[in-house]
Amino acid sequence: MSAPPLLSIQGIDARHGLLQAVRKVSLDVGEGETVALVGANGAGKTTLLRTIAGAHRPYGGRILFEGRDITHMPAYRRTRMGIALVPEGRRLFPQLTVEENLLVAGAARRSGSWGVDEVLDAFPLLRPLRGKRAASLSGGEQQATAIGRALMTNPRLLLLDEMSLGLAPVAVEGLYRSLTMLIESGTTILLVEQDLSRALGVASRVVCMLEGRLVLQGAAGELSREQVTDAYFGLRAAS
Amino acid sequence: MSDHALAATPPRLHVERWNPLSAAFTGALVVTVGVLAFAPELFSQGTLDNLIQLYFLVMLAIMWNALAGYGGLVSVGQQAFIGIGAYAVVYLSVQHSLNPYLAMLLAALIGGAISIPIAAIVLWLRGGAFAIGMWVVAEVVAILVSLDASLGGGTGTSAVLAFNLRYTPEQRLRNTYWFALAAAAALLVVLFLLLRSRLGASLQAIRDDEEAAASVGVRVLLGKGVLFVLAGAGCAAAGAVIVAWQLSILPLGPDSIFGINWSADMIFMVLVGGLGTFEGPIIGAVILYLLDTYLSSRMGIWYLVMLGGVAIGVALFFPRGIWGTIQERLSVRLLPVGYRLRERSGG
Amino acid sequence: MSWVDAVVHGILLGGVYALLATGLSLMFGVMRIINLAHGSLALVGAYMTFLVVEHAGGSTYVAMLPVLAGALVVGYALQRTVLERSLRGGELVPLLTTFGLLIVIANLLQKFFSPDVRGLASGGIGTANWSVGGGLTIAWFDVLVLVIAVGVLTGLHLLLRRTQLGRELRATAADADTAELLGVNSRAVYARATAIAVATAALAGVFFAMRSNFDPTTGPTQLIYAFEAVVIGGVGSLWGTLVGGIVLGVAQTVGAQIDVQYFALAGHVVFLAVLTCRAMLQAGGLRVLGRLAA
Repeated sequence: MSAPPLLSIQGIDARHGLLQAVRKVSLDVGEGETVALVGANGAGKTTLLRTIAGAHRPYGGRILFEGRDITHMPAYRRTRMGIALVPEGRRLFPQLTVEENLLVAGAARRSGSWGVDEVLDAFPLLRPLRGKRAASLSGGEQQATAIGRALMTNPRLLLLDEMSLGLAPVAVEGLYRSLTMLIESGTTILLVEQDLSRALGVASRVVCMLEGRLVLQGAAGELSREQVTDAYFGLRAAS
Repeated sequence: MSDHALAATPPRLHVERWNPLSAAFTGALVVTVGVLAFAPELFSQGTLDNLIQLYFLVMLAIMWNALAGYGGLVSVGQQAFIGIGAYAVVYLSVQHSLNPYLAMLLAALIGGAISIPIAAIVLWLRGGAFAIGMWVVAEVVAILVSLDASLGGGTGTSAVLAFNLRYTPEQRLRNTYWFALAAAAALLVVLFLLLRSRLGASLQAIRDDEEAAASVGVRVLLGKGVLFVLAGAGCAAAGAVIVAWQLSILPLGPDSIFGINWSADMIFMVLVGGLGTFEGPIIGAVILYLLDTYLSSRMGIWYLVMLGGVAIGVALFFPRGIWGTIQERLSVRLLPVGYRLRERSGG
Repeated sequence: MSWVDAVVHGILLGGVYALLATGLSLMFGVMRIINLAHGSLALVGAYMTFLVVEHAGGSTYVAMLPVLAGALVVGYALQRTVLERSLRGGELVPLLTTFGLLIVIANLLQKFFSPDVRGLASGGIGTANWSVGGGLTIAWFDVLVLVIAVGVLTGLHLLLRRTQLGRELRATAADADTAELLGVNSRAVYARATAIAVATAALAGVFFAMRSNFDPTTGPTQLIYAFEAVVIGGVGSLWGTLVGGIVLGVAQTVGAQIDVQYFALAGHVVFLAVLTCRAMLQAGGLRVLGRLAA
């Protein structure tokens, strides 16, 4: 390992209500990597992502970003440092237009190559919807807007939570095409994905969680499909 | 051994409402009320006068807590009912020559009755809208009363005639004392029974999560309605005691019987004592009474500033109030309004 | 005064209410806080301006400038200290703390300024009248207040629609957690909203004081009117506040036309009526009405 990882999660414990959602999870993400975080529902993936983004407070462990300890940093400061989360369920601002949703990200005060025009180039389906209220968009359009909105913060690390959830296959296709472009441009991505084949297709590394723990890690090319599905369902202990 | 336990029949549970501590405390409370009934024999006129003040403060505190602590209804307009109760006493006893104590009893009922149409208007409201809506209701009642010449108009009225024709000042004091004690005790008993009833359980549910409660069939409006009517009657009873105690009342101005300072007092007592607890308001009333008696004259205008400041501080830093904090730390319940699940011992 | 007179003056009075209600509406729209101390803060603005005029002389219009600046600071501080914490406690706590604030302010004012009634000089425009004809006379000052109210509302509208702060305000109001994920410091955003709200309150207080007399007990009454204006116009709608203010003003002046003592009462009755109808409709009242009619 030459350069220090962009993101380093060390022994994170997190609760979701009264349940232990994340148990002593440690994970490193290097610059430019695309890491797929897979696992069944309730495995703790969303909680982990939210903890990284600062929307959730862990009660144990550390998070380092660019070498700095951000464990207790509030969410908005993490975004200004370069961590952007596209939350599960998109969570657009319903009464704001697509363009206004994108522009809110100006709060992150980060300069970079992403602006409204660049987002519309990446997601052409949004072009005619620029002035439309977010509440009136379809699922796929909302997801595109949500990703675009996160991109507007010019992130160094992009966290995607269940991007394809509830979307038609055609919409998912489009999103993954854009995602591939992002990966090629060098953005570091950590994505949570239920669709195993898509995840394996796009990621450089795969991490599997089960009941709050990391049970399998490896380069996407080296792991077989069976290994991943076994870990997913907890059928065999990871080596 | 543990395997056997798994195979055994499930434990038989019974609901326990009283425990030794609560039984002892309730007994002590009943005895105290009994002793207090003899106060006119034991204490001076000045003490009786003070105790009457304490009793109506207790009544107001209990009622405001019933609304806000158990019903989630923050009302900044209960003074409407205080004034209604006071004016009802004057109206019935001065203009219709009823015995003033009978008038006081009726005044409480009138307060409860008037609260029903008011409930029809305001109970649809939530949160701050309900708070200010009630305040407007109080203003409306105050204005209507001040416009009524037969009730004394803007210059107010007095119950002097009703009492002085029948009782000496000493007798008025004694009788008012007993009425106040009885009224405060009665409100406590009614509230106690209410909380132990099915309605009490549904109120807890409403307080925790109104929508969830409604979805399992809890009649939310009914629960709130009962509390609102009770508070209307209770505050009217307090108003009746107040007019029996101070004799003259005004509808407008800073000393108005419909004044916002009554709400300030109620909020202070309940916040400091413990919102949502049964015992808290009583403690809060005692504290306010002591502060009023000993600090008010010494501090002048700063007194009210201090009260307001304490209320803010308590709301921010000690939201549970004195009794709420004690209850939480010690898991103590002196009055048995809750439930305990216990395993039945033996086979 | 004729009926037409009453209505026209009611509309102009509505300008005062709208100006006062704007801050209340803003705070509720962004933070769901009903600031019961809003009227009291407006009154503080009037008293502070009075102090500036008394010690530095000059016209009220100049004196109010430092007061407005101070109000921005006070509002910001108020949010960061008391209100921010109150929000964490749940829906009821802001009501309790702002009520406590109302009591504190009212009594502090009474302590430092006697219960005497005062007024603020409104300058030349204060006495200028416009004879419209048909026996109708309008005070230019009242028109000025209405114009300012419209101006403030327009300014706020533009702020919310066109500026980054406005977008952040709207986003935070809709979903504070997600806004934070985009880099919005929601606490600072809320504080800016409160700063603006308190500044508009101070502005409203000064103009109110120029229009009529005031004393330390005026705050709560004005709060009630401001709240009524917000509710009548529709909570959460800025322009609705203007409509609400005008409806209230007209109700009051028409009521006073019937009998001087009905001034406030008329407003209250209209308020309660609007409240009832709206709440009933929201609760599915159409069903209830159907059942009642059956």
